Amino acid sequence: MMMAEQTVAERTITLEVFRYRPEQESEPTFQTYEIPYREDWVVLDALNYIKDSVDGSLTYRWSCRMGVCGSCGMMVNGVPKLTCSTFLKDYYPRPIRIEPLANFPVARDLAIVLDDFMAKLVHVRPWIIRRQEEPLEAGEYRQTPEELDRYKHFSMCINCMLCYAACPIYGLEPEFVGPAAVALAQRYNLDSRDQGGRERMGILSTHEGIWACTLVGECTTVCPAEVDPAAAIQQAKLASALGWLRRVLVPWGNK
Amino acid sequence: MVDVLRHDLLIIGGGAAGLRAATAAAQLYPRLNIAIVSKVYPMRSHTVSAEGGAGGVIKSNDSLDEHIQDTISGSDWLADQDAVELFAREAPAELLQLEHWGCPWSREPDGSVAVRPFGGMQKERTWFAADKTGFHLLHTLFQTSLQFSSIRRYDEWFATRLVVENGRCQGVVAIELGSGQIRLISAGAVILATGGAGRVFPFTTNGAICTGDGMALAYRAGVPLKDMEFVQYHPTGLPGTGILITEAARGEGGILVNKDGYRYLQDYGLGPPDPWPRLRAMELGPRDKLSQCFVYEMQKGRTITGPYGDIVYLDVRHLGEKKIDEKIPFVRELARKYVGIDPVHDPIPVRPVVHYMMGGVHTDAQGATPLPGLYAAGEVACVSINGANRLGSNSLSECLVFGTRAGRAAAAFALERPAADFAALETQARDEERRITATFLRAEGTERVSTLRQEMQLAMESGCGIFRDEASLQETCNRLARARGRFMRLRLDDRSRVYNTELVAALELDFMLDAAEAVAYSALARTESRGSHQRTDHPQRDDARFLKHTLAYRTGGAPRVDYLDVAITRWPPAQRVYGG
Repeated sequence: MMMAEQTVAERTITLEVFRYRPEQESEPTFQTYEIPYREDWVVLDALNYIKDSVDGSLTYRWSCRMGVCGSCGMMVNGVPKLTCSTFLKDYYPRPIRIEPLANFPVARDLAIVLDDFMAKLVHVRPWIIRRQEEPLEAGEYRQTPEELDRYKHFSMCINCMLCYAACPIYGLEPEFVGPAAVALAQRYNLDSRDQGGRERMGILSTHEGIWACTLVGECTTVCPAEVDPAAAIQQAKLASALGWLRRVLVPWGNK
Repeated sequence: MVDVLRHDLLIIGGGAAGLRAATAAAQLYPRLNIAIVSKVYPMRSHTVSAEGGAGGVIKSNDSLDEHIQDTISGSDWLADQDAVELFAREAPAELLQLEHWGCPWSREPDGSVAVRPFGGMQKERTWFAADKTGFHLLHTLFQTSLQFSSIRRYDEWFATRLVVENGRCQGVVAIELGSGQIRLISAGAVILATGGAGRVFPFTTNGAICTGDGMALAYRAGVPLKDMEFVQYHPTGLPGTGILITEAARGEGGILVNKDGYRYLQDYGLGPPDPWPRLRAMELGPRDKLSQCFVYEMQKGRTITGPYGDIVYLDVRHLGEKKIDEKIPFVRELARKYVGIDPVHDPIPVRPVVHYMMGGVHTDAQGATPLPGLYAAGEVACVSINGANRLGSNSLSECLVFGTRAGRAAAAFALERPAADFAALETQARDEERRITATFLRAEGTERVSTLRQEMQLAMESGCGIFRDEASLQETCNRLARARGRFMRLRLDDRSRVYNTELVAALELDFMLDAAEAVAYSALARTESRGSHQRTDHPQRDDARFLKHTLAYRTGGAPRVDYLDVAITRWPPAQRVYGG
């Protein structure tokens, strides 16, 4: 037992970590840490090891360490990942390069600035909109399992922003509302309890809304929650186009 | 120090309780100026990790009295029965409100809300959204809150001190993490909604942010912490990480077996071991008893030794892949990812794990603390509806019911008595800025945050776990006192202002040491066994002396411990009976 532990302790892995301390330096640098390698460690465990034992100034976000709070997204060897569910063993013995999520301003080290996303979230009006709210005494709105299935996967978004880091359009056109926000809009559009679809489509049916997207599909590839934002954008485009066709060809249809 | 940020109502914490308090206040008083201060973006709050569901009577075969009885017997009669009654009465409307706001509750074929059984319940009563209920509830509340323009958010601001002047709470001092600026935020009333303190232990389901901040803030302002000795171990955590495997796995029919494949709970009065889930029996017994049974099995040598301590198996294979994917998909995902097994084909290794603090800031049923202007709701608070052991699925409902109550009561208080003593408040804020700078940013000590945090956690685990006795608790108290002494010699690697997470970690440790002290000393003083508090040197429940809430008051040294009668209405104390 002791022997086995010693052998394990001797194995190490190299982390190349993006550092940026705005009070001390004008340009980012990379710092290399050689740390113990453990078979069952995720990248976040390695960062926590560095912070606890080597360098307390390393800055990043994390909390739940079970893939649901959405805090710990970073670029791992150039790919957006939740570091709490990305295992060292999938990279070992090669070094791992860790950077803040691409396409966002950096606050410090591995922590990005979220302001843009938070504004876009509000912009798509992600709440139930109804012409008339039923009283609670009337009980629940009925919603069959099939109706729930229509939007359920779009409701799984954890706001981790991996999709924004992966999206080449967002990188070029920061005005683009982006994959997660469109998915959330679509989550409400498809909810049988909601009546705000037209209001939201007015917001989405613009260049900055959905039409900037060229359907690269990287958002869906990197999504850790299987939300499939690319499908949400595709659906919204279809709905928007049909809406346009209806307005142009049967203008009385909307009356 | 720049200008004061002024609000009517200030809420600390953006999880379920905080967001519900904010929306309740905003709906009732549209012109109220509300602020939420949270050390993380609200959707990162630990509510997000709740899995199994939220309790509330909705089905015609169920009744409020049964919800109340289950809660009271679950609490080992330490819950206040008047509070439990109003909780059970108001929970269904709160869950319906979430439904109207879009929460994707799982449904019956006819479109009505589905419920599932949980441990310690006579009836199926737990509303659920597959097995990510907390996640859906939190995002629904957060997204709903975005439409209220009267709710101003301070995301990633860390409250370090309550400002109390003229005998009432009038705001907080907080660090804006992005800039490192320390600011005064004033309000007529403050609601603490900061969650639990599971991180005082090394092995916990709780996220990194659950550091007892609100408990310590109130404790330092002279407010007592109530029933802190009652710490809930959830019987099924993944070894190593402590990640929660929801009770819903057992509600849907999962079984617990020892190294011989034997359903050991039948040996501890929880049988009979029916092949189907039997309510209030076997795997659907209460959490405190199931966690204690694990220790008995370990003592008999019938658990399995693993690299991260002993384990037993949670077996859901007989449910089949379809039901697992439909009802508990997150369980499957977590087991595959973090222990490398697929529950469809193999049993899941589990062990008891620190999950929930029954204790917290002493409040009444309006969420009011003894300090005028200060309120608390959710896990940070202790009303108490949870007593010595919380009934599974009551915590999310508690956040909603008492979030709403605290939101309305605090808003009414704030409208009557806006913050007034600005000069004095600003003096306090300058003091706090000096304290933080001197204690943390300029200190030249030798101790690392992580070393002391680990020492605190090990002291809690070794002496203050599922079973305790006088010697173990005294040793924990001594170790905590030594850790507190060493904390005065802290040294941070990080002396900068912008986004200083090491400073946050130090301040959190400071809070946790207070919370841990309250837990250990309260446990030392309670010489009986009740619910989650099991004293091997005092194995019986002692109603004559301890049918009372503990109140721990902060002093310079060991806390002063006092007691308060439990409110008993219609359910006189009785033995807890589970099994058939």
